[in-house]
Amino acid sequence: MQKISVVRIFMTLALILTSLNLVAKDAENVEKEGKDGLKTEIKEFIDHHLLDSHDFTLFSDKETGKHFGFPLPVILWDGGLKVFSSSKFHHGETVAEVDGEYYKLYHSKIYKTDAEGTIEYDDEHHAINAKPLDFSITKNVVSIFLIGLLMFFMFRGLAKSYKKNNGIPTGAGRFLEPLVLFVRDEIAIPNIGENKYRRYMSFLLTVFFFIWFLNLLGMTPLAVNVTGNIAVTFALALITFLITNFTANKNYWGHIFWMPGVPTFMKIVLAPIELLGVFIKPFSLMIRLYANMTAGHVVLMSIVGLMFIFKSWIGSPLSFGLAFALSILELLVAALQAYIFTMLAALYFGMANEEAHH
Amino acid sequence: MEIPRIIGAGLIVIGAGVGIGRIGGQAMDAIARQPEASGKIQTAMLIAAALIEGIGFAALFAS
Repeated sequence: MQKISVVRIFMTLALILTSLNLVAKDAENVEKEGKDGLKTEIKEFIDHHLLDSHDFTLFSDKETGKHFGFPLPVILWDGGLKVFSSSKFHHGETVAEVDGEYYKLYHSKIYKTDAEGTIEYDDEHHAINAKPLDFSITKNVVSIFLIGLLMFFMFRGLAKSYKKNNGIPTGAGRFLEPLVLFVRDEIAIPNIGENKYRRYMSFLLTVFFFIWFLNLLGMTPLAVNVTGNIAVTFALALITFLITNFTANKNYWGHIFWMPGVPTFMKIVLAPIELLGVFIKPFSLMIRLYANMTAGHVVLMSIVGLMFIFKSWIGSPLSFGLAFALSILELLVAALQAYIFTMLAALYFGMANEEAHH
Repeated sequence: MEIPRIIGAGLIVIGAGVGIGRIGGQAMDAIARQPEASGKIQTAMLIAAALIEGIGFAALFAS
């Protein structure tokens, strides 16, 4: 009883103090401009985080203008192969000179410029400089290589331990085996069917673990956003699209162009709609993964940014608590999105392989 | 031009929200009636929710 009242008094006092503090801030109204500047700075930071970059910056010190991280190789095709380190750009501050040509980094994209690094704009403030073909090993590419290597060693270990230990996995394999079985028993077999699931298993397992691990990598302080990059999800969706349509049977195409069991007029009406559906399915796969991961990153970083906007002691625990809860939700979303992508891919494969049942 | 687009996107997101809410609610109902089928119901629920969510996100990015 005694304890509770002490806590209550303390809480009330704290609340009063905070509100006083807030009122005082409002009355002063001096830092309004600074606050707006802070908001644009946070927005720029989030925008920058969502984009791919040509160097792996872990963190930057704004006051001294120092960036901590390491440069990555830039590979350009511009009338010939050009390979150089991204440290030449100095994080977009300087113009890189390679074999008499000048390149400048502008909004994470490489443009060809003159020696001064002039960027020309059209009416809508889009840069109109020539862009060389960019095959650089960017931050996202490094992350993909990293995850690919990790998956290679993990699953090789799993396969090896089966051989060595009479079919019982050891080490990390004990964690992976149930997941592999989950993909087989809960995703592949119910959707594709007992007879045909085997030839899709390699793709389904790869895509499931690839997306899941990359989503989890996005939650680390390395600040990579690979699955939230539309080019990456486009590639994943394109592979799904190609597999679906190249392994489809006669029955599948029959259902698209000449739907059985409906009047002829409806057959003609349905054909274009069904044909559109062939493209909408992988398109929705692409948008779903991209939008979910991007939205997660934006919300999480905005909540962390609240800490700087509040400028009161309450901002820090508040934003910490919210960010903590949201991080746990994001861990769930990371697995859920991998599951849904794999699930829908399996569903489409199953549709492409359905036998006639009339 | 900007405002009707935002309103349209908002309407679509409201629709998607109502849709996902109904899916979740009905799935709860279904699981309460037949707890032994909860696994299958959850799978179907997630697929339907994911399909609607796609439309919602498409609207958000189109706005």
